Amino acid sequence: MAEAATEISPTEARLASLSMPAGGWSEAARKDAAARVRAMGLPQRRDEYWRYTRPDTLTQANAIPAALFHNDETPIFGDIDRVKIVFVDGVFDADASDDLRLEGVSIERLAETKADIHWARDLYGKLEAKGQDPVHRPLAALNTAYATDGVLIHVTGKATKPISLQYHHRAETSDAILHHVIRVDAGAEVTVLENGPAAARFNKVMEVDIADTGVFHHVRAQGRDHERRAATHIFARLGKESTFKSFTLTANGVMTRNECVLELTGDDAIAHVAGACVGDGDFHHDDTVFVTHDAVNCESRQVFKKVLRNGATGVFQGKILVQPGAQKTDGYQISQSLLLDDDSQFLAKPELEIYADDVACSHGSTSGAIDETALFYLRSRGVPEGQATDLLTLAFLAEAVDEIEDETLREEIVARLAAWLERHRS
Amino acid sequence: MLSIKNLQVKLEEEDKEILKGVDLEIEAGKVHAIMGPNGSGKSTLSYVLSGKDGYEVTDGEATLEGEDILDMEPEERAAAGLFLAFQYPVEIPGVGNMTFLRTAVNAQRKARGEEEMSAADFLKAVRARAKELKIDADMLKRPVNVGFSGGEKKRNEILQMAMLEPKMCILDETDSGLDVDAMKLVAEGVNALRSEGRGFLVITHYQRLLDHIKPDVVHIMANGRIVKSGGPELALEVENNGYGDILAEVA
Repeated sequence: MAEAATEISPTEARLASLSMPAGGWSEAARKDAAARVRAMGLPQRRDEYWRYTRPDTLTQANAIPAALFHNDETPIFGDIDRVKIVFVDGVFDADASDDLRLEGVSIERLAETKADIHWARDLYGKLEAKGQDPVHRPLAALNTAYATDGVLIHVTGKATKPISLQYHHRAETSDAILHHVIRVDAGAEVTVLENGPAAARFNKVMEVDIADTGVFHHVRAQGRDHERRAATHIFARLGKESTFKSFTLTANGVMTRNECVLELTGDDAIAHVAGACVGDGDFHHDDTVFVTHDAVNCESRQVFKKVLRNGATGVFQGKILVQPGAQKTDGYQISQSLLLDDDSQFLAKPELEIYADDVACSHGSTSGAIDETALFYLRSRGVPEGQATDLLTLAFLAEAVDEIEDETLREEIVARLAAWLERHRS
Repeated sequence: MLSIKNLQVKLEEEDKEILKGVDLEIEAGKVHAIMGPNGSGKSTLSYVLSGKDGYEVTDGEATLEGEDILDMEPEERAAAGLFLAFQYPVEIPGVGNMTFLRTAVNAQRKARGEEEMSAADFLKAVRARAKELKIDADMLKRPVNVGFSGGEKKRNEILQMAMLEPKMCILDETDSGLDVDAMKLVAEGVNALRSEGRGFLVITHYQRLLDHIKPDVVHIMANGRIVKSGGPELALEVENNGYGDILAEVA
């Protein structure tokens, strides 16, 4: 134990707690990623993009235990006809999962794909690596290097059902790292759903490569266990005339950092990313979004709404980068918070960086309280104060929720939000 | 129905007395009108009765069918049967008009211990009443008052009144911002609701609304008090001579 005297860095301490799955087609990508983590170092508070969110609990060697959630609310998306893929504390559960066969789609497990020639070899860690520039995202590189499982979804046609990733949390100390790779071929279409608390600490990366005219829909619900912590990343590349639409609901969670890194590389592509979150007490939620326009006539929208009460904290860091030549870009960004008391706070950093001269980009960020005039109007009609506040709160969240195209999914999300608000009335 | 005795009200934030002892008895089945110059306290009276924040009752009482309403929350007053048609109906983006109406109707029923209205019954009732007020399906679907014209907003107030079936209706300058046709439509809506068990208090600046909603009693309010009461002819007197003569007479 000669090293005992030497103080090792937090990054090395974290990496020492992990072991890299050996062999197979992903090995080279994993080794590259580990080198990236070491070169960058894990996030620290002084890093520009970690000023509003303390990274320590996400980067420390071991996960802080998180108590399990107990109430009789059934998991979301339960009534939807879907292909369910279940992970328990980050481990695939074959018994709880559906048959992974679906027309127009091939689904495989990252942990079981040993074949040396694999389509995902050209993708695994590639979008993540590209997404490290210009802003470092070391937790994503750590994920690429050390992910223990995940799904590889190759969409070749129009998927007839959504693919539903369900993350159960059973062990109070679980520390899960999952990495999904999704390739949507030209003209293909898929909806991916995600829900569940996943683990005491969850590090998840989803790389999505959408070929020309491909369509990708994503609806995610992060909820339940309040003490859970998560750092998630979505990296997506959009080809010509392709569509990417992602919505995330977050309810509860002492620490959630959701990063979304989108690159529009083909003309006429559409990327929408939206989020609605409701937080109480020591809730901390951070949406960090980076959209790069690298092609002509593309549209991007970022719509984020946060409802914060009893000292909860919301963070939004959103950027639109329009590269030289990306003319006719239509970029929109809005981040708003509804602060239900004086103790809660919303920290926003909207950024626009534009190197083309024929673009329309707008952004706005606001924090506000419940509109007292509207509240009185509702109450004067007989709606009790709590219910009236909920109605106005749901109305505030509507712009984000309305980004979900599918009506059934949208209604499920609204129902969850309404139930949460009812449980948390003061 | 509505009984107001020596009601004295000041602003909560500053030491400013607005109502200086209002006395008013509105019987079931009757329409009372309050007229008065700007700043006389007419709108304050409607706000205080419906429970808006920002006012402090320093003396007096107000009861609805014998029940003290001043200690009630706004929603309790509504459930007890009080309704205020706002001078400026509030826009609520994101809340659908139908959702709003149904929530209100059922919240009141629940508060009174009655059974909630089924979705089908509610829809039927709303459609019938909306038709009478020339409110189309699109207006019902849109967010509450958002993008409504002045006339549409006032008609929407009357629709709410029709659906909630209050015992005591207060109309605060319902004629403001309305052209003649819109005013007639609104007045017809109000008249359709006139019944033996229901009282009305119509607050207005102008006599013309009272051509359409015929009052039983007209009160003139000035400087926080009711200074004169009389029959419908009092409104005509105001129309012809302004408030000056009346105020001089009572001064």
